[in-house]
Amino acid sequence: MSDSDQLSHDLECRHVTKSFGDFIAVKDVSFTVPKGSFFSILGPSGCGKTTIMRMIAGFLDTSSGDILIKGRSVLDVAPNRRPVNMVFQHLALFPMMDVAGNIGYGLRRRGLPGPEIAKKVGAVLERVGLPDAGPKNINQLSGGQKQRVAIARCMVLDPDVLLLDEPLGALDLKLRDHMKVELKKLQSQFDTTFVYITHDQSEALVMSDQIAVMNKGEFEQVGTAHQLYYDPATAFVAGFVGDSNRWRGKIQTRNAKGAKVSATDGLAILAGPISQPLSKGDDVDIFVRPESIVISFDAKGVGKFDNNLQGTVEAVLFNGANSRTLVRETATGTQVDVALPQTGEFAELTPGTEVHLGWGRAQARCFAASDDVGVI
Amino acid sequence: MAAGRKLGVLLLMAPLLLWLSTLIIIPHINMFMLSLSEKVDVRVYETGIANYMAFVEEPLYWNTFGRTAIMSIAATFLTLLIGFPVAYYIAKIAKGRLRATLFLLCLVPFWVSELVRTFGWMILLRESGILSGFLQWSGLVSGPVEFLYNDAAIMVGLVYTSMLFMVVPLVTTLDSLDDSMIEAGYDLGGSGYSILREVVIPHAMPGIVSGCIVVFMLSLGNYLTPVLLGGKDSLWFTEQIYAQFITRFNWEQGSAFGFLLLLLSSLIVWAGLKLSGQSLSKTMG
Ligand SMILES: Nc1ncnc2c1ncn2[C@@H]1O[C@H](COP(=O)(O)OP(=O)(O)OP(=O)(O)O)[C@@H](O)[C@H]1O
Ligand SMILES: [Mg+2]
Repeated sequence: MSDSDQLSHDLECRHVTKSFGDFIAVKDVSFTVPKGSFFSILGPSGCGKTTIMRMIAGFLDTSSGDILIKGRSVLDVAPNRRPVNMVFQHLALFPMMDVAGNIGYGLRRRGLPGPEIAKKVGAVLERVGLPDAGPKNINQLSGGQKQRVAIARCMVLDPDVLLLDEPLGALDLKLRDHMKVELKKLQSQFDTTFVYITHDQSEALVMSDQIAVMNKGEFEQVGTAHQLYYDPATAFVAGFVGDSNRWRGKIQTRNAKGAKVSATDGLAILAGPISQPLSKGDDVDIFVRPESIVISFDAKGVGKFDNNLQGTVEAVLFNGANSRTLVRETATGTQVDVALPQTGEFAELTPGTEVHLGWGRAQARCFAASDDVGVI
Repeated sequence: MAAGRKLGVLLLMAPLLLWLSTLIIIPHINMFMLSLSEKVDVRVYETGIANYMAFVEEPLYWNTFGRTAIMSIAATFLTLLIGFPVAYYIAKIAKGRLRATLFLLCLVPFWVSELVRTFGWMILLRESGILSGFLQWSGLVSGPVEFLYNDAAIMVGLVYTSMLFMVVPLVTTLDSLDDSMIEAGYDLGGSGYSILREVVIPHAMPGIVSGCIVVFMLSLGNYLTPVLLGGKDSLWFTEQIYAQFITRFNWEQGSAFGFLLLLLSSLIVWAGLKLSGQSLSKTMG
């Protein structure tokens, strides 16, 4: 890797491992975060996200591996000297100081003169949309305002990398949706590299340039939201990111185009191109997204697909644009979750209706069977 | 209905009111009256401030009074200085068994009575005691050394007796300080000292103040430790009160002294609260 290459990365982790006694919390994790991008680490609770974060911030030593910021190793740099700042899971604002005192804390530590501190604090409050909050007490702020103060407190120090540890976890759903957009906006406004950890996939998918999906201390896949959703690399990623119908089965025949799999409930499925080295007789998991299944009232409508089956509507789950229906397949009794097209054709669908379902083999993803599919 | 509720509240409050009135208010009113009566002849009394004048006119009295106040304040600060790191270690650094053990160690001195505890110090510090013997044995001094009967000995005794009352409120408030608050301080570039000054101490202030109040009151009102460890030259104001009541049977003078001590402690606690910007309700609540 050339020097200019390294400098375009704000953060790089090389084979970072952390063990607590016998337990390995983070196992051989490597990634690079390009300058100015939004990088998320997504994984279920307890998979080691906070541990990675604390190693980058300097509160934990690595067991092995190296962490580089702007191309320079920071392993022997104390946390108060690292050019990274962290927004804590519960924000950790100082209740004994007012908002301006909180934001000015780091600047005072750097020995800036008072008037300059006041100017910078005012400017950053302006940017996060709280121009008059300076003299307020921390417990006078709403959840979303606290969030912004916590970010402002870090951003005023102009860090190379901002670490955010599930900062939206404590907010209610509505505010969280709002803050997602807000955070993304702040990130592009400040043009700072964000490393964001969360167990909430919608947060990661909406905001990130790159997402790493983590499971049991290891990275399963690193890619864009689009790649993770449409091209998952492992069964864990396919199950964890987005909703899927999932069948466990055995490979009957295997060729270049994919495989024919017989599911344990009797369904025969043609699955698409397989990236993993799988062969006849292997146990596999098949994932089909509800929105990639075509629903039709007659058999002709789905005849052109590799997989088609017939069933009766068992339930209609109305949820506006995300409405679904559960269809019971006639021959095997397996249940299929299907997204309803919003064309009006299925607006009056009622339980008991006969329907036909179909999907192309490319929509059926096939991975080595894993019992460890992300359920939070 | 309303009357019934009032009665209920009254009944609930009754033990507290009873305790307050019989043990605190009534004796103090009585003492105050007593302190204002002058003896003019055998069994003849007049109302006046002669007892208080005696205090002002006799240097021994107000010297002892001032000495007691200053030594108590010093003992309080010393206890805080030693107790704070101990409490910080127990609350923030020690984990599990070690934490429980350390806490217990602070409590152990209270398993023996104050008298025995003080005798323990005497065994250590007297001329023929362990410390003196050790120094002679090691050749640092040629003859026996007396460590007892001076102000330093009183100070040691007072700090030792008060330590628990400082450590407990400190551990409680430091415990409630979120660790991530300290980490955030480091993360934003703070040094250990600045975090202590700007984050930890402001958070622990209620505990510091309540610990200081308790330790100060205990020191000011202590009798046994100054008498046994301080000897003849290191007088404590409680000894004066004792002498008036018990040795001289001058209850009027003793009451006046008692009242002055009460006034003094209230004044210093009030000044301490003002200086630290705390209120009593915040500290105790
Ligand atoms: N100091 C420690 N000693 C021992 N084990 C630890 C320590 N810190 C974390 N662990 C373990 O490491 C694993 C990962 O913890 P971590 O806090 O990184 O999880 P996380 O992914 O942040 O989870 P969450 O989403 O719940 O915050 C957990 O199983 C935890 O029990
Ligand atoms: Mg965590």
